[in-house]
Amino acid sequence: MQWDIVIGLEIHVQLATRTKIFSGSSTAYGAEPNTQANAVDLAMPGTLPVPNEQAFRYAVMFGLAVNAEIERRSVFERKNYFYPDLPKGYQTTQLERPIVGPGYVGIDLENGETKRVRIHHAHLEEDAGKSLHEDFHGMTGVDLNRAGTPLIEVVTEPDMNNAAEAVAFARKLHGIVTSLGICDGDMSQGSMRFDVNISLKPKGSDKLGTRTETKNLNSFRFMEQAIAHEVERQMDILEDGGTITQETRLYNGDRDESRSMRTKEEANDYRYFPCPDLLPVEIDEAFIEEARASLPELPDARKARFMEQYGLNDYDASLLASDSRLAAFFEETVKHGKDAKLAANWIQGEFSARLNAEGKSVAQSPVSGKQLGDLVVRIADNTISSAGAKKVFEALWTGENDDVDAIIEAKGLKQVSDTGELEKMVDEVLAEMPDQVAQYQQEEDPKKRKKMLGGFMGPLMKASKGQGNPKLFNEILQKKLG
Amino acid sequence: MHNKSVAELSRELESGAISSVELTRQLLDRIKREDGAYNSFITVTEEEALADAKAADEQRATGKATPWTGVPFAHKDIFCTRGVRTTCGSKMLENFVPPYDATVTANFRRAGAVCLGKTNMDEFAMGSSTESSYFGATTNPWGEQRVPGGSSGGSAAAVAARLVPAATATDTGGSIRQPAALCGITGLKPTYGRVSRYGMIAFASSLDQGGTMARTAEDNAMMLNVMAGFDPNDSTSVDRIVPDYTASLDEPLKGLRIGLPKEYFSDQLSPAMEEQVRNAVREYEKLGATVKEVSLPDARLAIAAYYVIAPAEASANLSRFDGVRYGYRCEDPKDLMDLYTRTRAEGFGDEVKRRILVGTYALSAGYFDAYYLKAQKVRRLIQQDFISAFREVDVLMSPTSPSPAFRQGEKTNDPVTMYLEDIFTIAVNLAGVPAMSVPAGFVDGLPVGLQIIGDYFSEARLLNAAHQFQQVTDWHQREPQ
Repeated sequence: MQWDIVIGLEIHVQLATRTKIFSGSSTAYGAEPNTQANAVDLAMPGTLPVPNEQAFRYAVMFGLAVNAEIERRSVFERKNYFYPDLPKGYQTTQLERPIVGPGYVGIDLENGETKRVRIHHAHLEEDAGKSLHEDFHGMTGVDLNRAGTPLIEVVTEPDMNNAAEAVAFARKLHGIVTSLGICDGDMSQGSMRFDVNISLKPKGSDKLGTRTETKNLNSFRFMEQAIAHEVERQMDILEDGGTITQETRLYNGDRDESRSMRTKEEANDYRYFPCPDLLPVEIDEAFIEEARASLPELPDARKARFMEQYGLNDYDASLLASDSRLAAFFEETVKHGKDAKLAANWIQGEFSARLNAEGKSVAQSPVSGKQLGDLVVRIADNTISSAGAKKVFEALWTGENDDVDAIIEAKGLKQVSDTGELEKMVDEVLAEMPDQVAQYQQEEDPKKRKKMLGGFMGPLMKASKGQGNPKLFNEILQKKLG
Repeated sequence: MHNKSVAELSRELESGAISSVELTRQLLDRIKREDGAYNSFITVTEEEALADAKAADEQRATGKATPWTGVPFAHKDIFCTRGVRTTCGSKMLENFVPPYDATVTANFRRAGAVCLGKTNMDEFAMGSSTESSYFGATTNPWGEQRVPGGSSGGSAAAVAARLVPAATATDTGGSIRQPAALCGITGLKPTYGRVSRYGMIAFASSLDQGGTMARTAEDNAMMLNVMAGFDPNDSTSVDRIVPDYTASLDEPLKGLRIGLPKEYFSDQLSPAMEEQVRNAVREYEKLGATVKEVSLPDARLAIAAYYVIAPAEASANLSRFDGVRYGYRCEDPKDLMDLYTRTRAEGFGDEVKRRILVGTYALSAGYFDAYYLKAQKVRRLIQQDFISAFREVDVLMSPTSPSPAFRQGEKTNDPVTMYLEDIFTIAVNLAGVPAMSVPAGFVDGLPVGLQIIGDYFSEARLLNAAHQFQQVTDWHQREPQ
């Protein structure tokens, strides 16, 4: 049987406010446990929440960026449940009246088309603390530093039909919130967390199947794996004639396993009701217009500009424009390196590979955009070969030296581009290889000729001690061999 | 000295007739001697009080004093006091010492007032008799084995017994006015949002309001001057100018339009009580006021709506008492569920548990619309009733409670009868308007309170009306024997 996959996402986005959504405590990541939790965060008796205006500004900016309605009056509610990392015994969140109403985001599909993924709504809420089960023998530690960190929870319609679309949407959203500067986008620190709702239905059917929710995926790779895993799991059950249980599941990315966390029957009755400590939030036109005016360039607009301004193709532009830090790095590189296509290739090639290999973000790169730009200049003007360029990049990365020209000098990577000198070397090498020259000249198949031409390059590079410009060698060879 | 009002003590401290240290010592001695009979205090802070009194005397000597500098008073044990345990009348917080002051506490501290201790109350302010306190019941100074009302019964009894001239209190459904009435003192519940709730342990957030208790209206005005005002730490406090509430006390009442809600003079009221209230209203007529009957047609629904909304909010507000971070924790919990259930089973008293259960039920899936939403609709109707009434009159008057102080134990086994104690006071909280209780006579030797209800933010007018009444009556000066 053929199946249609239906995917909807819920995304928790930690807002990059300096302080918490209802208290003045810092939201900085990585502090000693419970050093960033004040009386309000600890839910001490009598303490009260005070809303952080910046969180509302960020939520409004998000709403505008995803083409959504901003609700003029939004209401905080209490979601009641007991857990040690939930100090008040309820989470302050929004339910009936969220701040961001319906909107949409366009995602680029592999076939070059753009698909619109609808956003049902996005609401503001507070994050919980963390329960630490590992470090305390037989006990659980509670760290409330994260408690009260502002979140927006973005809820999509079930508009995605495969893992690639879901990941494309997730990446797009990541690009939007980081471009807006409302989230640091650091998924390893939990700044964005994805819950994936998946159901299957017989191909073409318009009746949705029973869905499961896989919670708390914190990388695009895990998300893709988790979707593949869950689709397969559901398909196996359905094809064996079974039924899907509506449940919440946890996915273990390291083992590619999932398990049930709770079924619908076990779900809590959260007893939502409007929080009487917080008045309804009224957002006026001026506040929205101010937020609109402060919107930075977003990925879609940036992509169009990259194509227009730098002549990049759709693929390169889309990739470089998706992340604001990567985009800024690219533009810094081009500013110094001039050749945009070469800069794009280097950023997507050597540079990204190195970042990934070391698990670093663009912000953590030891090589600056200016340095990479300087390197691009030297590649473009034929001062160094691409092999030499890799050596320069390596030296920049390891911090051996921070100046491109100094590295080229020190390592003797400058290639010889004096045609007179190169021609002399070619003459000498050809004189030593008469058989190969004869073979080449007898060959008529251009493909084979091209391959044979390569046979002269090794000796030539050796003769030039690796410093001959390969491109020029090639031209001279073709000329001489006829 | 113990019979003197805040205003009188303030003048004597200013003139140097007495020092704050002497005054504080006298009242602390009096508490030691006499409070055994009333149990109006949970905690007496002798050391802190004497240190504060000494500091106040030094402040007076510099010539930079407020009217409150050196004046003794007490806090209801619901207001958090930095470094002094704050129990809310519960075993749950028996040893809880807050590291912060409530805004109200901080305001009195800044004014230089000297807090003698923390007064007894119904557990988490849930009750009308101060019998549900974990620290034992408070007794009304007006009668052996009589309740002082509640939940602010400790504050009311302490003021009535002349242990302090004034005490803070809170009112969610009548918890200032009813004990003030039953103890023969003057109490004011301000407009919702007039006094910050920060650091005031929550019972029902949309109804709770801090307020004042003293023997005279003038002293209530002096208290409100310290307590009222916008607080950035309480989003529900109102940013609105705070007048000097003592400035308008002496204005004549000629032309004051009084409304008598007919629903509050029903057969639930004994003829003896009604007579006292009508006598009081006649005094107002002599002062130049006019009187007419008005209607609060939806007031009869107030108790039902209140006993959905207040427990619903309380059920969430009290979730934080889970044994994890502070407060009572059961011995040797075997797992998380055991920690929660035993901590809460052992730490809360019966009335608190009853209300958590009722509130949890009212918010549950399938019942929310029928209970919580319906109650909120009733609440809006009641607000409209008051708004309509205040188009016709300036103040409303009624009895504060249906009867004078009842006997201890008389209503503890019948929650619904106990809830009816607040039949005349609860609608005021649902509407959020301010109201006072003023001593207005006696029935069987027990005090009777006149309730005066005003429009939003009309505290100055209420205090003026009460003060003028107290210029021509002496009910508020009567002292229990």
